[in-house]
Amino acid sequence: MKKKEKKIYERPLIRPLNASISNKFGRRTEWLPLTHIDGIPVVDLINEFGSPLFVYSEKKIRDNFMMAKRAFETRYPKIQFAWSYKTCYLNAVCNVYHQMGSWAEVVSGFEYEKALQNGVPGDKIIFNGPDKSKHDLLLAMKNNTLIHIDHFDELYLLTELASSSKSKPRVAIRINMDTGVYPQWDRFGFNYENGQAWEAVNKILMNDALDLVGIHTHIGTFMMTPSAYAVATAKMTELAIQIKKKFNHIITYIDMGGGFASKNTLKGSYYAGADAVPDIGEYAEAITSALLNAGFDRNNLPFLYLETGRALVDDTGFLLGTVLANKRLADGRRATILDFGVNTLFTSFWYDHKISPAQEMGHYAEETILYGPLCMNIDVVRDAISLPPLKPGQHVVAQYVGAYNITQSMQFITFRPAVVMIDREGRSHLIRKRESLDYVQKNEILPSHLKKLNW
Amino acid sequence: MKLKKDIAISDSGFLFNPSSGDSYTANPIATEILKYMQSGFSNEQIIVSIMESYDVERSTIEKDLFDLESMLSNYKLTR
Repeated sequence: MKKKEKKIYERPLIRPLNASISNKFGRRTEWLPLTHIDGIPVVDLINEFGSPLFVYSEKKIRDNFMMAKRAFETRYPKIQFAWSYKTCYLNAVCNVYHQMGSWAEVVSGFEYEKALQNGVPGDKIIFNGPDKSKHDLLLAMKNNTLIHIDHFDELYLLTELASSSKSKPRVAIRINMDTGVYPQWDRFGFNYENGQAWEAVNKILMNDALDLVGIHTHIGTFMMTPSAYAVATAKMTELAIQIKKKFNHIITYIDMGGGFASKNTLKGSYYAGADAVPDIGEYAEAITSALLNAGFDRNNLPFLYLETGRALVDDTGFLLGTVLANKRLADGRRATILDFGVNTLFTSFWYDHKISPAQEMGHYAEETILYGPLCMNIDVVRDAISLPPLKPGQHVVAQYVGAYNITQSMQFITFRPAVVMIDREGRSHLIRKRESLDYVQKNEILPSHLKKLNW
Repeated sequence: MKLKKDIAISDSGFLFNPSSGDSYTANPIATEILKYMQSGFSNEQIIVSIMESYDVERSTIEKDLFDLESMLSNYKLTR
Protein backbone atom coordinates (compact mmCIF):
# COMPACT_ATOMS: atom_id res chain seq x y z
CA MET A 1 0.00 0.00 0.00
CA LYS A 2 1.28 3.41 -0.98
CA LYS A 3 2.34 5.57 1.99
CA LYS A 4 0.24 8.73 2.38
CA GLU A 5 2.21 11.81 1.33
CA LYS A 6 2.35 14.44 4.05
CA LYS A 7 1.29 18.05 3.47
CA ILE A 8 3.69 21.00 3.63
CA TYR A 9 3.64 22.50 7.09
CA GLU A 10 3.20 26.21 7.71
CA ARG A 11 3.05 27.88 11.10
CA PRO A 12 -0.59 28.29 12.30
CA LEU A 13 -1.71 31.92 12.17
CA ILE A 14 -4.74 33.83 13.33
CA ARG A 15 -5.27 37.56 13.04
CA PRO A 16 -8.18 39.90 13.69
CA LEU A 17 -10.07 41.39 10.77
CA ASN A 18 -10.22 45.15 11.06
CA ALA A 19 -13.57 46.52 9.96
CA SER A 20 -12.62 50.17 10.41
CA ILE A 21 -11.35 52.43 7.63
CA SER A 22 -8.37 51.08 5.77
CA ASN A 23 -4.92 52.15 6.85
CA LYS A 24 -3.74 54.76 4.37
CA PHE A 25 -0.15 53.76 5.10
CA GLY A 26 -0.94 50.11 4.51
CA ARG A 27 1.23 48.27 2.02
CA ARG A 28 0.91 44.98 0.29
CA THR A 29 2.12 41.84 1.92
CA GLU A 30 5.66 40.87 0.98
CA TRP A 31 4.87 37.25 0.31
CA LEU A 32 6.25 37.13 -3.23
CA PRO A 33 9.51 35.24 -2.85
CA LEU A 34 12.83 36.14 -4.46
CA THR A 35 14.33 32.71 -4.97
CA HIS A 36 17.04 33.47 -7.55
CA ILE A 37 19.45 36.33 -8.26
CA ASP A 38 20.60 36.51 -11.87
CA GLY A 39 19.69 32.86 -12.30
CA ILE A 40 21.48 31.53 -9.21
CA PRO A 41 19.32 30.07 -6.42
CA VAL A 42 19.63 32.08 -3.21
CA VAL A 43 20.01 28.87 -1.23
CA ASP A 44 23.02 27.84 -3.38
CA LEU A 45 24.71 31.19 -2.75
CA ILE A 46 24.20 30.83 1.00
CA ASN A 47 25.40 27.22 0.99
CA GLU A 48 28.59 28.22 -0.86
CA PHE A 49 29.44 31.56 0.76
CA GLY A 50 27.59 31.54 4.09
CA SER A 51 24.90 33.71 5.63
CA PRO A 52 24.50 36.66 5.79
CA LEU A 53 25.86 37.48 2.35
CA PHE A 54 25.91 40.58 0.18
CA VAL A 55 25.37 39.93 -3.53
CA TYR A 56 25.91 42.40 -6.39
CA SER A 57 24.59 41.93 -9.90
CA GLU A 58 27.15 43.10 -12.46
CA LYS A 59 24.49 42.96 -15.18
CA LYS A 60 22.20 45.26 -13.23
CA ILE A 61 25.06 47.70 -12.52
CA ARG A 62 25.84 47.90 -16.24
CA ASP A 63 22.16 48.16 -17.26
CA ASN A 64 21.52 50.98 -14.78
CA PHE A 65 24.60 52.87 -15.88
CA MET A 66 23.70 52.59 -19.56
CA MET A 67 20.18 53.78 -18.81
CA ALA A 68 21.46 56.85 -16.96
CA LYS A 69 24.06 57.55 -19.64
CA ARG A 70 21.40 57.32 -22.33
CA ALA A 71 19.06 59.60 -20.37
CA PHE A 72 21.69 62.36 -20.27
CA GLU A 73 23.52 61.82 -23.57
CA THR A 74 20.33 61.95 -25.61
CA ARG A 75 19.65 65.39 -24.12
CA TYR A 76 23.09 67.01 -23.92
CA PRO A 77 26.23 66.37 -25.95
CA LYS A 78 29.00 66.64 -23.33
CA ILE A 79 28.48 64.29 -20.39
CA GLN A 80 30.98 62.72 -18.00
CA PHE A 81 30.03 60.44 -15.09
CA ALA A 82 32.34 59.98 -12.10
CA TRP A 83 31.71 57.05 -9.77
CA SER A 84 31.02 58.18 -6.21
CA TYR A 85 33.44 56.04 -4.20
CA LYS A 86 31.77 56.60 -0.84
CA THR A 87 28.55 54.99 -2.13
CA CYS A 88 30.34 51.67 -2.60
CA TYR A 89 34.10 51.43 -2.89
CA LEU A 90 34.49 47.72 -3.33
CA ASN A 91 37.16 47.52 -6.03
CA ALA A 92 35.11 45.11 -8.15
CA VAL A 93 32.13 47.47 -8.16
CA CYS A 94 34.30 50.54 -8.86
CA ASN A 95 36.00 48.83 -11.77
CA VAL A 96 32.71 47.90 -13.43
CA TYR A 97 31.94 51.64 -13.55
CA HIS A 98 35.48 52.49 -14.66
CA GLN A 99 35.29 49.88 -17.44
CA MET A 100 32.18 51.69 -18.69
CA GLY A 101 34.01 55.01 -18.81
CA SER A 102 33.13 56.46 -15.45
CA TRP A 103 35.80 58.53 -13.72
CA ALA A 104 36.29 58.41 -9.92
CA GLU A 105 34.84 60.91 -7.45
CA VAL A 106 36.57 60.68 -4.07
CA VAL A 107 36.24 62.54 -0.78
CA SER A 108 39.31 61.54 1.23
CA GLY A 109 42.95 60.60 0.89
CA PHE A 110 41.97 56.99 1.51
CA GLU A 111 39.47 56.98 -1.36
CA TYR A 112 41.94 58.87 -3.57
CA GLU A 113 44.62 56.21 -3.09
CA LYS A 114 42.00 53.51 -3.69
CA ALA A 115 41.05 55.07 -7.04
CA LEU A 116 44.72 55.31 -8.07
CA GLN A 117 45.28 51.67 -7.08
CA ASN A 118 42.24 50.69 -9.15
CA GLY A 119 44.08 52.10 -12.16
CA VAL A 120 42.19 55.38 -12.60
CA PRO A 121 44.53 58.03 -14.08
CA GLY A 122 45.01 61.01 -11.75
CA ASP A 123 43.48 63.45 -14.24
CA LYS A 124 40.27 61.40 -14.28
CA ILE A 125 39.71 61.70 -10.53
CA ILE A 126 37.57 64.40 -8.94
CA PHE A 127 38.76 65.13 -5.40
CA ASN A 128 35.87 66.50 -3.31
CA GLY A 129 35.25 66.94 0.39
CA PRO A 130 36.37 69.10 3.30
CA ASP A 131 39.17 66.73 4.38
CA LYS A 132 42.21 66.99 2.11
CA SER A 133 45.54 67.00 3.92
CA LYS A 134 48.61 68.82 2.66
CA HIS A 135 49.94 65.44 1.57
CA ASP A 136 46.70 64.69 -0.32
CA LEU A 137 46.79 68.06 -2.09
CA LEU A 138 50.43 67.67 -3.13
CA LEU A 139 49.72 64.20 -4.50
CA ALA A 140 46.62 65.46 -6.34
CA MET A 141 48.62 68.36 -7.82
CA LYS A 142 51.32 65.98 -8.98
CA ASN A 143 48.71 63.76 -10.67
CA ASN A 144 46.88 66.68 -12.35
CA THR A 145 43.71 65.72 -10.47
CA LEU A 146 40.64 67.96 -10.42
CA ILE A 147 40.61 69.46 -6.92
CA HIS A 148 37.24 70.76 -5.77
CA ILE A 149 37.84 73.40 -3.11
CA ASP A 150 35.47 73.26 -0.15
CA HIS A 151 36.48 76.22 2.06
CA PHE A 152 38.73 79.29 2.21
CA ASP A 153 41.33 77.56 4.40
CA GLU A 154 41.77 74.97 1.66
CA LEU A 155 41.86 77.68 -1.00
CA TYR A 156 44.65 79.53 0.81
CA LEU A 157 46.62 76.33 1.50
CA LEU A 158 46.35 75.20 -2.12
CA THR A 159 47.35 78.64 -3.39
CA GLU A 160 50.42 78.54 -1.13
CA LEU A 161 51.35 75.02 -2.29
CA ALA A 162 50.86 75.95 -5.94
CA SER A 163 52.96 79.10 -5.61
CA SER A 164 55.86 77.25 -3.99
CA SER A 165 55.72 74.32 -6.43
CA LYS A 166 55.45 76.50 -9.56
CA SER A 167 52.60 74.28 -10.81
CA LYS A 168 49.07 75.43 -11.57
CA PRO A 169 46.60 72.87 -10.25
CA ARG A 170 43.26 72.41 -11.97
CA VAL A 171 40.53 73.36 -9.52
CA ALA A 172 36.81 73.93 -9.16
CA ILE A 173 34.93 75.49 -6.29
CA ARG A 174 32.07 73.77 -4.59
CA ILE A 175 28.99 75.97 -4.30
CA ASN A 176 25.97 75.64 -2.04
CA MET A 177 22.72 77.44 -2.72
CA ASP A 178 19.03 77.80 -2.07
CA THR A 179 17.15 75.60 -4.52
CA GLY A 180 13.82 75.85 -2.74
CA VAL A 181 14.34 72.56 -0.94
CA TYR A 182 14.41 72.22 2.83
CA PRO A 183 16.81 71.67 4.51
CA GLN A 184 19.25 73.72 2.47
CA TRP A 185 22.67 72.12 2.36
CA ASP A 186 25.11 74.87 3.26
CA ARG A 187 27.90 73.14 5.14
CA PHE A 188 29.91 72.23 2.04
CA GLY A 189 31.48 74.77 -0.27
CA PHE A 190 30.86 78.48 -0.78
CA ASN A 191 27.42 80.03 -0.66
CA TYR A 192 25.96 81.40 -3.89
CA GLU A 193 23.44 83.89 -2.51
CA ASN A 194 25.62 85.67 0.06
CA GLY A 195 28.51 86.31 -2.32
CA GLN A 196 30.97 83.77 -0.89
CA ALA A 197 31.16 81.92 -4.20
CA TRP A 198 32.07 85.13 -6.06
CA GLU A 199 34.62 85.93 -3.36
CA ALA A 200 36.30 82.57 -4.00
CA VAL A 201 36.16 83.03 -7.79
CA ASN A 202 37.69 86.52 -7.48
CA LYS A 203 40.50 85.27 -5.25
CA ILE A 204 41.36 82.44 -7.65
CA LEU A 205 41.20 84.44 -10.86
CA MET A 206 42.93 87.56 -9.51
CA ASN A 207 45.79 85.51 -8.09
CA ASP A 208 46.49 83.28 -11.10
CA ALA A 209 48.07 80.51 -8.97
CA LEU A 210 45.22 78.10 -9.67
CA ASP A 211 43.48 77.13 -12.89
CA LEU A 212 39.72 77.46 -12.32
CA VAL A 213 38.37 74.90 -14.78
CA GLY A 214 35.00 74.08 -13.24
CA ILE A 215 32.27 74.81 -10.74
CA HIS A 216 30.61 72.16 -8.63
CA THR A 217 27.49 71.76 -6.52
CA HIS A 218 25.73 68.92 -4.73
CA ILE A 219 22.36 70.15 -3.58
CA GLY A 220 21.34 67.31 -1.29
CA THR A 221 20.76 63.61 -0.96
CA PHE A 222 17.81 61.45 -1.99
CA MET A 223 16.31 64.46 -3.77
CA MET A 224 12.72 63.73 -4.75
CA THR A 225 12.24 67.00 -6.66
CA PRO A 226 13.90 67.24 -10.08
CA SER A 227 12.91 70.93 -10.31
CA ALA A 228 15.47 71.70 -7.56
CA TYR A 229 18.15 70.61 -10.04
CA ALA A 230 16.73 73.00 -12.64
CA VAL A 231 17.05 75.87 -10.13
CA ALA A 232 20.59 74.80 -9.19
CA THR A 233 21.67 74.41 -12.82
CA ALA A 234 20.30 77.85 -13.69
CA LYS A 235 22.34 79.41 -10.86
CA MET A 236 25.48 77.51 -11.87
CA THR A 237 25.18 78.49 -15.53
CA GLU A 238 24.57 82.12 -14.57
CA LEU A 239 27.78 82.06 -12.53
CA ALA A 240 29.75 80.50 -15.41
CA ILE A 241 28.44 83.09 -17.87
CA GLN A 242 29.20 86.00 -15.52
CA ILE A 243 32.74 84.65 -14.93
CA LYS A 244 33.24 84.71 -18.73
CA LYS A 245 31.95 88.29 -18.89
CA LYS A 246 33.95 89.59 -15.94
CA PHE A 247 37.26 87.78 -16.45
CA ASN A 248 36.98 86.49 -20.04
CA HIS A 249 37.62 83.09 -18.44
CA ILE A 250 35.84 79.99 -19.71
CA ILE A 251 34.50 77.43 -17.22
CA THR A 252 34.97 74.10 -18.99
CA TYR A 253 32.66 72.00 -16.84
CA ILE A 254 29.73 72.26 -14.50
CA ASP A 255 29.59 69.42 -11.96
CA MET A 256 26.03 68.93 -10.69
CA GLY A 257 27.06 66.27 -8.15
CA GLY A 258 24.59 63.55 -7.30
CA GLY A 259 21.70 63.09 -4.88
CA PHE A 260 19.25 61.39 -7.25
CA ALA A 261 16.88 59.14 -5.32
CA SER A 262 16.95 55.34 -5.60
CA LYS A 263 13.87 53.09 -5.53
CA ASN A 264 14.13 52.61 -1.78
CA THR A 265 11.32 53.63 0.58
CA LEU A 266 12.27 56.31 3.07
CA LYS A 267 10.92 55.77 6.59
CA GLY A 268 7.63 57.65 6.97
CA SER A 269 7.12 57.92 3.22
CA TYR A 270 3.48 57.80 2.11
CA TYR A 271 4.20 55.79 -1.01
CA ALA A 272 6.58 52.91 -1.67
CA GLY A 273 9.85 54.17 -3.15
CA ALA A 274 9.32 52.48 -6.49
CA ASP A 275 6.06 54.45 -6.92
CA ALA A 276 7.33 57.77 -5.58
CA VAL A 277 10.82 58.53 -6.84
CA PRO A 278 11.41 60.34 -10.13
CA ASP A 279 12.82 58.50 -13.11
CA ILE A 280 16.44 59.28 -13.98
CA GLY A 281 15.11 60.91 -17.18
CA GLU A 282 13.27 63.54 -15.11
CA TYR A 283 16.52 64.61 -13.43
CA ALA A 284 18.24 64.61 -16.82
CA GLU A 285 15.50 66.75 -18.36
CA ALA A 286 15.64 69.31 -15.51
CA ILE A 287 19.43 69.68 -15.63
CA THR A 288 20.03 69.59 -19.38
CA SER A 289 17.14 71.93 -20.21
CA ALA A 290 18.56 74.53 -17.83
CA LEU A 291 22.01 74.08 -19.40
CA LEU A 292 20.76 74.39 -22.97
CA ASN A 293 18.62 77.41 -22.14
CA ALA A 294 21.38 79.26 -20.30
CA GLY A 295 22.75 81.04 -23.36
CA PHE A 296 26.16 79.39 -23.78
CA ASP A 297 27.86 79.64 -27.15
CA ARG A 298 26.74 76.47 -28.99
CA ASN A 299 30.35 75.71 -29.92
CA ASN A 300 31.58 76.21 -26.41
CA LEU A 301 29.15 74.30 -24.20
CA PRO A 302 30.59 73.28 -20.84
CA PHE A 303 30.86 69.60 -19.97
CA LEU A 304 28.25 68.30 -17.53
CA TYR A 305 29.86 66.16 -14.83
CA LEU A 306 27.67 63.87 -12.71
CA GLU A 307 28.60 62.06 -9.50
CA THR A 308 25.53 59.85 -9.25
CA GLY A 309 25.98 57.00 -6.77
CA ARG A 310 22.90 55.76 -4.96
CA ALA A 311 20.52 55.89 -7.95
CA LEU A 312 22.92 53.74 -9.99
CA VAL A 313 23.88 51.07 -7.48
CA ASP A 314 21.17 50.72 -4.83
CA ASP A 315 19.01 48.15 -6.62
CA THR A 316 22.04 46.14 -7.81
CA GLY A 317 22.79 44.92 -4.27
CA PHE A 318 21.03 42.24 -2.21
CA LEU A 319 21.58 41.05 1.34
CA LEU A 320 20.79 37.39 1.89
CA GLY A 321 20.05 36.25 5.42
CA THR A 322 18.66 33.47 7.54
CA VAL A 323 15.93 33.34 10.17
CA LEU A 324 17.41 32.56 13.60
CA ALA A 325 14.25 32.46 15.70
CA ASN A 326 10.68 33.63 16.16
CA LYS A 327 9.14 35.01 19.31
CA ARG A 328 5.97 36.64 20.54
CA LEU A 329 6.32 40.02 22.25
CA ALA A 330 4.40 40.99 25.38
CA ASP A 331 1.78 42.90 23.38
CA GLY A 332 1.12 39.95 21.06
CA ARG A 333 3.20 41.18 18.11
CA ARG A 334 5.28 38.64 16.24
CA ALA A 335 9.05 39.13 16.12
CA THR A 336 11.46 37.36 13.82
CA ILE A 337 15.19 37.42 14.49
CA LEU A 338 17.48 37.47 11.46
CA ASP A 339 21.21 36.85 11.24
CA PHE A 340 21.83 40.38 9.92
CA GLY A 341 21.07 43.58 11.76
CA VAL A 342 21.72 47.31 11.67
CA ASN A 343 25.45 46.58 11.93
CA THR A 344 25.33 45.02 8.46
CA LEU A 345 22.29 46.74 6.95
CA PHE A 346 23.15 50.25 8.09
CA THR A 347 20.62 51.85 5.75
CA SER A 348 17.76 50.30 7.71
CA PHE A 349 18.05 53.41 9.90
CA TRP A 350 16.71 55.43 6.92
CA TYR A 351 14.71 53.00 4.81
CA ASP A 352 11.88 50.51 5.14
CA HIS A 353 13.79 47.96 3.09
CA LYS A 354 11.89 45.56 0.89
CA ILE A 355 12.55 42.16 2.48
CA SER A 356 11.24 39.07 0.73
CA PRO A 357 11.23 35.37 1.58
CA ALA A 358 13.78 33.40 -0.44
CA GLN A 359 11.55 30.33 -0.81
CA GLU A 360 7.99 29.68 -1.90
CA MET A 361 5.57 30.48 0.93
CA GLY A 362 1.82 30.51 1.50
CA HIS A 363 -0.13 33.74 1.13
CA TYR A 364 -1.19 34.05 4.76
CA ALA A 365 0.85 36.75 6.38
CA GLU A 366 1.33 38.25 9.79
CA GLU A 367 2.54 41.67 10.87
CA THR A 368 6.07 41.07 12.10
CA ILE A 369 8.96 43.00 13.57
CA LEU A 370 12.30 42.04 12.08
CA TYR A 371 15.16 42.13 14.56
CA GLY A 372 18.84 41.65 13.88
CA PRO A 373 21.06 39.32 15.92
CA LEU A 374 22.73 41.99 18.06
CA CYS A 375 22.20 42.07 21.79
CA MET A 376 21.22 45.73 21.47
CA ASN A 377 17.76 47.26 21.65
CA ILE A 378 18.34 49.44 18.58
CA ASP A 379 18.82 46.45 16.31
CA VAL A 380 15.52 46.69 14.40
CA VAL A 381 15.67 45.96 10.67
CA ARG A 382 11.94 46.59 10.02
CA ASP A 383 9.57 47.74 12.75
CA ALA A 384 6.50 46.45 10.89
CA ILE A 385 6.33 44.22 7.84
CA SER A 386 3.67 41.81 6.68
CA LEU A 387 5.42 38.52 5.96
CA PRO A 388 4.42 34.87 5.69
CA PRO A 389 5.37 32.78 8.73
CA LEU A 390 9.10 32.14 8.43
CA LYS A 391 10.74 29.22 10.19
CA PRO A 392 14.24 29.19 11.69
CA GLY A 393 16.68 28.22 8.95
CA GLN A 394 14.60 29.72 6.14
CA HIS A 395 16.11 32.56 4.13
CA VAL A 396 15.17 36.13 3.30
CA VAL A 397 16.49 38.67 0.81
CA ALA A 398 16.76 42.37 1.59
CA GLN A 399 16.56 44.35 -1.64
CA TYR A 400 17.93 47.75 -2.74
CA VAL A 401 20.93 47.53 -0.42
CA GLY A 402 23.73 48.32 -2.89
CA ALA A 403 24.40 51.88 -1.72
CA TYR A 404 26.12 52.88 1.51
CA ASN A 405 25.93 49.50 3.26
CA ILE A 406 29.34 48.14 2.34
CA THR A 407 30.93 51.49 3.17
CA GLN A 408 28.99 52.21 6.36
CA SER A 409 28.42 48.76 7.84
CA MET A 410 30.05 48.31 11.21
CA GLN A 411 32.30 45.62 12.57
CA PHE A 412 30.23 45.44 15.74
CA ILE A 413 29.65 42.37 17.93
CA THR A 414 30.18 40.06 14.98
CA PHE A 415 32.01 39.83 11.66
CA ARG A 416 30.98 41.66 8.51
CA PRO A 417 29.78 39.24 5.82
CA ALA A 418 31.32 38.19 2.55
CA VAL A 419 30.39 39.93 -0.70
CA VAL A 420 29.78 38.15 -3.99
CA MET A 421 29.35 39.55 -7.50
CA ILE A 422 27.42 37.66 -10.16
CA ASP A 423 28.88 38.40 -13.58
CA ARG A 424 26.97 38.76 -16.85
CA GLU A 425 27.35 35.05 -17.59
CA GLY A 426 25.75 34.12 -14.26
CA ARG A 427 28.99 33.09 -12.53
CA SER A 428 29.47 34.09 -8.89
CA HIS A 429 32.76 35.64 -7.74
CA LEU A 430 33.80 36.23 -4.14
CA ILE A 431 34.82 39.93 -4.12
CA ARG A 432 35.27 40.38 -0.36
CA LYS A 433 35.92 37.64 2.17
CA ARG A 434 33.95 37.37 5.39
CA GLU A 435 35.90 38.95 8.23
CA SER A 436 37.77 36.73 10.66
CA LEU A 437 39.04 37.15 14.22
CA ASP A 438 42.59 37.56 12.88
CA TYR A 439 41.46 40.29 10.48
CA VAL A 440 39.60 42.22 13.17
CA GLN A 441 42.46 41.95 15.67
CA LYS A 442 45.26 42.56 13.18
CA ASN A 443 45.94 46.13 14.31
CA GLU A 444 45.47 45.54 18.03
CA ILE A 445 48.49 45.67 20.31
CA LEU A 446 48.29 44.08 23.77
CA PRO A 447 50.76 45.65 26.26
CA SER A 448 53.05 42.98 27.71
CA HIS A 449 51.86 43.54 31.31
CA LEU A 450 48.31 42.60 30.23
CA LYS A 451 49.28 39.34 28.54
CA LYS A 452 49.41 37.21 31.64
CA LEU A 453 46.14 36.33 33.38
CA ASN A 454 46.21 35.06 36.95
CA TRP A 455 43.11 32.94 37.38
CA MET B 1 -6.97 24.87 26.12
CA LYS B 2 -10.64 25.17 25.22
CA LEU B 3 -12.27 27.53 22.78
CA LYS B 4 -15.34 29.44 23.81
CA LYS B 5 -18.38 27.38 22.89
CA ASP B 6 -20.10 29.95 20.71
CA ILE B 7 -17.14 30.70 18.38
CA ALA B 8 -18.13 30.08 14.77
CA ILE B 9 -15.43 28.71 12.43
CA SER B 10 -15.93 28.35 8.69
CA ASP B 11 -14.00 25.87 6.52
CA SER B 12 -12.24 28.77 4.83
CA GLY B 13 -10.77 29.99 8.15
CA PHE B 14 -13.19 32.76 9.05
CA LEU B 15 -13.88 33.07 12.80
CA PHE B 16 -16.65 35.02 14.44
CA ASN B 17 -17.02 35.76 18.12
CA PRO B 18 -20.72 36.60 18.67
CA SER B 19 -20.20 37.86 22.19
CA SER B 20 -17.80 40.61 21.08
CA GLY B 21 -18.72 40.95 17.41
CA ASP B 22 -15.06 40.54 16.43
CA SER B 23 -14.01 38.46 13.45
CA TYR B 24 -10.70 36.81 12.59
CA THR B 25 -9.00 34.99 9.78
CA ALA B 26 -6.90 31.86 10.22
CA ASN B 27 -4.65 30.01 7.80
CA PRO B 28 -5.59 26.42 6.87
CA ILE B 29 -3.48 24.71 9.52
CA ALA B 30 -4.73 27.04 12.27
CA THR B 31 -8.29 26.35 11.11
CA GLU B 32 -7.63 22.62 11.41
CA ILE B 33 -6.25 23.04 14.94
CA LEU B 34 -9.19 25.22 15.99
CA LYS B 35 -11.58 22.54 14.80
CA TYR B 36 -9.68 19.93 16.82
CA MET B 37 -10.01 22.20 19.83
CA GLN B 38 -13.75 22.54 19.28
CA SER B 39 -13.96 18.76 19.14
CA GLY B 40 -12.34 18.59 22.57
CA PHE B 41 -8.89 17.30 21.52
CA SER B 42 -6.12 17.60 24.08
CA ASN B 43 -2.86 19.30 23.09
CA GLU B 44 -1.20 15.88 22.80
CA GLN B 45 -3.95 14.65 20.47
CA ILE B 46 -3.65 17.80 18.34
CA ILE B 47 0.13 17.40 18.05
CA VAL B 48 -0.17 13.74 17.02
CA SER B 49 -2.91 14.55 14.48
CA ILE B 50 -0.89 17.36 12.89
CA MET B 51 2.25 15.22 12.75
CA GLU B 52 0.29 12.49 10.98
CA SER B 53 -0.88 14.87 8.24
CA TYR B 54 1.98 17.32 7.91
CA ASP B 55 5.71 17.14 7.38
CA VAL B 56 6.73 18.69 10.69
CA GLU B 57 8.88 17.88 13.70
CA ARG B 58 7.32 17.54 17.12
CA SER B 59 9.36 20.40 18.58
CA THR B 60 8.12 22.78 15.88
CA ILE B 61 4.42 22.00 16.28
CA GLU B 62 4.77 22.13 20.08
CA LYS B 63 6.23 25.66 19.92
CA ASP B 64 3.72 26.81 17.34
CA LEU B 65 0.73 25.37 19.20
CA PHE B 66 1.83 27.15 22.36
CA ASP B 67 2.13 30.38 20.35
CA LEU B 68 -1.30 29.95 18.74
CA GLU B 69 -2.88 29.33 22.13
CA SER B 70 -1.29 32.47 23.53
CA MET B 71 -2.80 34.46 20.65
CA LEU B 72 -6.23 32.87 21.15
CA SER B 73 -6.02 33.82 24.79
CA ASN B 74 -4.89 37.33 23.83
CA TYR B 75 -7.92 37.68 21.54
CA LYS B 76 -10.15 36.37 24.36
CA LEU B 77 -11.35 33.40 22.32
CA THR B 78 -10.71 30.83 25.07
CA ARG B 79 -12.52 29.93 28.23
